[in-house]
Amino acid sequence: MELNVLNADQAPATAEGCSASACGSSNDQMSHLPDSIREKVQNHPCYSEEAHHYFARMHVAVAPACNIQCHYCNRKYDCANESRPGVVSELLTPDQAVKKTKAVAANIPQMTVLGIAGPGDPLANPERTFETFRRLSAEAPDIKLCVSTNGLTLPMHVEELAKHNIDHVTITINCIDPEVGAKIYPWIYWNNRRIRGKAAARILIQQQQKGLEMLVAKGILVKVNSVLIPGVNDEHLKVVSKIVKEKGAFLHNVMPLIAEEEHGTFYGVMGQRGPTDEELQDLQDACSGDMNMMRHCRQCRADAVGMLGEDRGSEFTLDKIEAMDIDYDAAMKTRAIVHKGIEEELAEKQLKRERLAGVKVPSGPVAANKSFRPVLMAVATSGGGVINQHFGHATEFLVYEASGNGVRFIGHRKVDQYCIGNNTCGEKESALAGSIRALSGCEAVLCSKIGYEPWGLLEDAGIAPNGEYAMEPIEEAVMSVYQEMISSGKLDAESELKKAEV
Amino acid sequence: MALSIIESCVNCWACIDVCPSEAIVEARPHFLIESKKCTECEGDYADPQCATICPIEGAILNAFGDPINPEGSLTGIKPELRDEALKEIQAR
Repeated sequence: MELNVLNADQAPATAEGCSASACGSSNDQMSHLPDSIREKVQNHPCYSEEAHHYFARMHVAVAPACNIQCHYCNRKYDCANESRPGVVSELLTPDQAVKKTKAVAANIPQMTVLGIAGPGDPLANPERTFETFRRLSAEAPDIKLCVSTNGLTLPMHVEELAKHNIDHVTITINCIDPEVGAKIYPWIYWNNRRIRGKAAARILIQQQQKGLEMLVAKGILVKVNSVLIPGVNDEHLKVVSKIVKEKGAFLHNVMPLIAEEEHGTFYGVMGQRGPTDEELQDLQDACSGDMNMMRHCRQCRADAVGMLGEDRGSEFTLDKIEAMDIDYDAAMKTRAIVHKGIEEELAEKQLKRERLAGVKVPSGPVAANKSFRPVLMAVATSGGGVINQHFGHATEFLVYEASGNGVRFIGHRKVDQYCIGNNTCGEKESALAGSIRALSGCEAVLCSKIGYEPWGLLEDAGIAPNGEYAMEPIEEAVMSVYQEMISSGKLDAESELKKAEV
Repeated sequence: MALSIIESCVNCWACIDVCPSEAIVEARPHFLIESKKCTECEGDYADPQCATICPIEGAILNAFGDPINPEGSLTGIKPELRDEALKEIQAR
């Protein structure tokens, strides 16, 4: 089966040409995909900014071993205070993982997806990984399975992957050039030898590309993750994006490098910096002409439980699930009802958006022959597609771009630091200063309410606070604010000039 | 003759899966090698497998007590070249 889904003629709505109204929703980056794929991913919380407010996911940490070293990874994975990929609190046996999955699925019926993502490489632990998948396919058939891998042993496992309920595989591909790879991967374990440097990177890259091709040939959806490492693979990722698209990956997720000294990774210790929000966005924009980009990845831990960005793992520790008595057949019935309800709600929202589409088309000054530069705005929301969060309560902001083409979702900006530990973890920064820094590049922030102190500080930072659109749909509000900026002359050339002089 | 694992081990499991002699024990605070079972992979592989996949420099010692993966051997940066590497990486 050929999965050639990203041809230009099938996906006319690229970032530049897509107005929110034409796409139905820029919340839903999956709207360009053919129905067959959309059906597979519509209730997957990781694939749509909208679905992740309704559906939950979990990872089970059954795969500790790894067969390569990445400079952004520290193989000491056990830290309760860190939230990033490759970190877990307790390892599970396949039996414990099945128990935990059923316990979570029964207690959080919105949970639709079970992933194995580490803390090592799932396919470097084939027995533990496949035992878990085999049992879940049989005992909990209503759960979708997915797996992520560095790709080194992927080709030899494609047959086995195709046997289970697995319709998504994520391959982390950071490069296709061994020169670049040698700066990211110091060694691999291959055919019982340790291979280093460019030779190692060459083998890894070959295996990743071969695995990608084999999965696509089998009709298994492939998402590609890339870690953006400034000065190492930033420019190179544009080529990577093009090639993985050509080979049939359906989605590319470029994530920022997380490298803090206290994480103990090679990059962290050596002072390799991560990208700024702007660098990440620029690269995602540069790739989006070629490839469907994912913009709302929250870079979860390898044992995360719950909605994207939240972690309810502490409710399902080994001793707690041991005490639970789960009737999975009964749970499946409840789950089916809950899922149907959510799907109906989402369908209704989609219809409403389509009805509103005509209203949203920029009119008046925007549609006039004058064109204005695009503007970034941040939004505080706890979900539901509306502006409904207090500025001070937001742990992240969604960033939208308004332009003459409409409104599009750009990404999210975290306010909390990656490490939620105490003062021993690096420099402390006031939460407010952190929020304002996280919003750099944005010219307005829309929230339900905002306090006096942040109001002044935001204005000083050139970000207009706005609480006038509480409980209103995000995209309409962003477009209204954009139009207000235009009609008040803020985006006129003269006013821009004045701003530059100041 | 046998290899040994010392306290810098992070219990990542990689060695257990690749040991041809089932000589590695999932012990706490860190994994251990049963010296009676360890063959140093003699006759099975050219290199001792645990030390070939181990991600931690210095965590596995040979029969003489020397680290099989000394400092700098896994990061690819020899100690004397570290300052140069730091400069290059921090300029990115």
